[in-house]
Amino acid sequence: MESIQVDHVDKSFQSGKSPVEALKNITFNVKQGELFGLIGPDGAGKTTLFRILTTLMLADKGDAWVDGYHVVKDYEQIRKRVGYMPGRFSLYQDLTVEENLSFFATLFNTTLEENYELVKDIYVQIEPFKKRRAGALSGGMKQKLALSCALIHRPSVLFLDEPTTGVDAVSRQEFWQLLRGLQKQGITILVSTPYMDEASLCDRVALMQNGSIMKIDSPGGIISQFQKPLWAVQGDNMYQLMHDLRHDSRVDTCYPFGQYHHVTFNESTIDIESLKKEFQQKGVHSITIDRTEPTIEDCFMELMNQ
Amino acid sequence: MRTLRILLEKEFRQIFRNPAILRLIFMMPSIQLIVLPLAADYEVKNIKIAVVDQDHSSYSRQLVNKISASKYFDLASYTSSYNEALEEVEKDRADVVLQIPANFEKDIVRHDESNLFMALNAINGVKANLGGVYLRSIINDFNNEIRLDWIQMPRFNPQPMIQVSSINWFNPMLNYQYFMVPGILVILVTMVGSFLSALNIVREKEVGTIEQINVTPIRKHQFILGKLIPFWVLGIVVLTIGMILARLFYGIVPDGSLLTIYLFAVIYLLSVLGLGLLISTYTETQQQAMLISFFMMMIFILLGGLYTSIDSMPAWAQTFTKFNPVSYFIEVMRMVVLKGSTLYDIRYHLLIVAAFGVFLNTWAVINYRKRT
Repeated sequence: MESIQVDHVDKSFQSGKSPVEALKNITFNVKQGELFGLIGPDGAGKTTLFRILTTLMLADKGDAWVDGYHVVKDYEQIRKRVGYMPGRFSLYQDLTVEENLSFFATLFNTTLEENYELVKDIYVQIEPFKKRRAGALSGGMKQKLALSCALIHRPSVLFLDEPTTGVDAVSRQEFWQLLRGLQKQGITILVSTPYMDEASLCDRVALMQNGSIMKIDSPGGIISQFQKPLWAVQGDNMYQLMHDLRHDSRVDTCYPFGQYHHVTFNESTIDIESLKKEFQQKGVHSITIDRTEPTIEDCFMELMNQ
Repeated sequence: MRTLRILLEKEFRQIFRNPAILRLIFMMPSIQLIVLPLAADYEVKNIKIAVVDQDHSSYSRQLVNKISASKYFDLASYTSSYNEALEEVEKDRADVVLQIPANFEKDIVRHDESNLFMALNAINGVKANLGGVYLRSIINDFNNEIRLDWIQMPRFNPQPMIQVSSINWFNPMLNYQYFMVPGILVILVTMVGSFLSALNIVREKEVGTIEQINVTPIRKHQFILGKLIPFWVLGIVVLTIGMILARLFYGIVPDGSLLTIYLFAVIYLLSVLGLGLLISTYTETQQQAMLISFFMMMIFILLGGLYTSIDSMPAWAQTFTKFNPVSYFIEVMRMVVLKGSTLYDIRYHLLIVAAFGVFLNTWAVINYRKRT
């Protein structure tokens, strides 16, 4: 069963005199109980899509259904059964952890006790601070509180807009584990992130860029579509190396990737040793060139160029 | 009902945790009510007068004594040169110049007639006007006194004469504070109500909390009521503090019933809060909301009849005051406090202000959108 259905949705904003197309013909489905990721850089249109699906914004064209309800006609039903965690922390900073939770629980006509099972794993982590004002919590704790508040009414669909932005690496790891736990309880989760490395943690992802979806598949499926062999190149002068690689006629693409440059070549067979020598003559030393497995980021870069 | 209760609980918690709002609620009435009526006083006193005495006679001295003995005038300088006196005016050390010409006394005695010259600094129009009037009445008095010295008045006036005596109703001592304090109280209640409510929803927009509220099943009217009621209560608290201060500091006890005042205030606050909420539904930041409410308050106060009488405004301004809720409450306050008007006397005021309230609040609820 489809939990989220988006059908040819368009949305544009007026920015100055020229309209900006935030979403162009977006179509995708999310299955019940799926952990679906929207991956894309800032400005790809992720937040706009979230706002349309959570009934906060009207699309210009197209239809969308959440949990079987239409986002315009049955918006009241949707508001009862979705949880939304906006990208910006939007709980009351001058209320305590406990007060925030009970406030949102009451708005949904429930109590913390009633759905304690669901939020237990998250709540136990913030419980020691329950008398503390939300504004005084650390970034990771704020995220956990926001997630608890979004879950307090046992939503069937959870919308998380960049939940891990600005959160440290350990907390991010923990956060994704929490999401996995929630998924086991049958909650459909739509999560957006600008971090490509988080894509592999989703069941399926949609790669977004400039308001359109470039590709929808499982992370493995997306990576398997990366046809060319990928090489990781490293040297002592990375900037010079990048310059030389990009100007080399044999090189198809070259992107910086952490400590390496990820490179694909036009020709299928490459003489590694002679390549090394050539670059050494140009002044880059201690060069290593190794085969590497492509990641979602490599796929994203490739798709962007098409 | 449960939703409304938790909204109110949340709102009050936030208010009591915000030291700025609490300070505002208690400090503003105290300072405004204690300081303003003392300072904003239309009675012109301490007019500085420069006397140019070129006569140096006993009459001129008598006149000068009479002037400086009055509580309205302070003798700033006493010279015999008009230019010197004018210089005092130029340096703002004198407001009025009175020139007593040479032969002042001689002319009175010989020709039964003499002239005086008065020059007024008209930069402050009110002061110049009133100073001239006061000085003329003192000179008139003086004139009558010396006439008595010289003429034996007949037992009856030779011509028929009408003498007018007046009595000041409702404020027999013409105490300016009795007139101002009720008006300032209205301004206080208005400012607290409209500013706080205007800033409140906008704050939720600015901080982003409204986003989380909007995805909940909460109804629009519940949300607006949750915002309205706390400031309603605060407005009544401010009014009460103000009434207590008015009694303690100025001895102002309403002639009419307190119940009438409170009933009107409750209805009135509804319209003022509605205005604040309306502003906050149209604005995006607290700064915008603040500037717009400040602009409206200025107009409402200046055209509300607090300082200047509405009856002496031009016709278009008088028409405008009909749409100014502040002017109704100021009038009602003065009617009830000074005249002891009853609910029946203010029934039209009450109806009109209630209509404002319904209109503004309905508009605010309609304009507050949970989605864009």
